[in-house]
Amino acid sequence: MSLFSVFNVAGSALNAETIRLNTTASNLANAESESGDPATVYRAREPVFKTLMDAAGSDPNSARAVAGVRVVGIVESQAPATMRYQPDSPLANKQGYVYMSNVNPIEEMANMISANRSFATNVDAINTAKDLLLKTIAMGH
Amino acid sequence: MFQNLFGIHEKALLLYGQRIGVLASNLANADTPGYKARDIDFREVLSQSEPSSQLALAATEPGHISTASADQAYGPVKYRNPYQASLDGNTVEMPIEQAAFAANNVRYQASLGFINDEISDLRFAIAGQ
Repeated sequence: MSLFSVFNVAGSALNAETIRLNTTASNLANAESESGDPATVYRAREPVFKTLMDAAGSDPNSARAVAGVRVVGIVESQAPATMRYQPDSPLANKQGYVYMSNVNPIEEMANMISANRSFATNVDAINTAKDLLLKTIAMGH
Repeated sequence: MFQNLFGIHEKALLLYGQRIGVLASNLANADTPGYKARDIDFREVLSQSEPSSQLALAATEPGHISTASADQAYGPVKYRNPYQASLDGNTVEMPIEQAAFAANNVRYQASLGFINDEISDLRFAIAGQ
C-alpha cells in the first residue's frame, strides 16, 4: 500500500531538512568566527541532497518507485575568507590580520526559511496520509 | 452478484493511494538537485481498466495466464513538464505539487465515501429495515 510509503518518504525529507537546519544554525553561530590562519578559519557548510530510491523501485520509471531523500555529505564553501586588520586580536597573524569566516548571513537566513517551509510541507504530507489511512481503516463502519 | 461491487472506486482508491506516494516523493525532493518531478496519468490508467473496454480471458488450466494481474491497479509513472525548471535541474514546483496533493486527498476521500455508501446500502438491504 503506497499510503504507508508516504511515512518513509516524508520522514526521510524531515531528516534531511533537519540536517540542513542544523548546518544553517552552525553557520550562523560561526558567522563572526575568526582565525589567524586561512586554513583553519570556519567555512560555511552545506548538506548535499540526493534522491533515495525505494528498494522496490530501483527503476525510476517503475510504478511503485517512490523516492525519499538523504544527505550524502556536507561540503564546505570554497569562497575566500575575508581578511580584517585587527592587530589587537590575540588571533592576529604577524601582519596584524585575522581571517573571518566566509559565512554569508543573508544566504543562511534564506536557506533557513526554505528548509523551514519544506519541513512544514512534509509534516503536512504525513498528517494527510495518516488521516486517509485512519479513514480507510474505518471503511464500512 | 457481488462482483465489481464498488465499480471504478475500488481501482480509483488504489490509484489515488499510489499517487499520494508519488506526490509525496516530489514534495520530499523539492530541494534535491537534479530530481525530476513525476506523476501518474489518471485518464490513461482508468481508461485501460474500464471493464467494458477489455474482455477477461478464461483461465481453466493452472498454466493459463490471467489478463488481470495485480499490477494493473498501478499506473505508469511519468515525468512532469515543468513550467520553469530550476537551474540545478530540479523540476519540482512546490505550489503545483501541493495543489495536486490536496486535490488527490479530496478525491481519495470521495472514492472512500462512495465505497462507504455502498457498504451502508448493502447493510440496509441485509437488515431489511
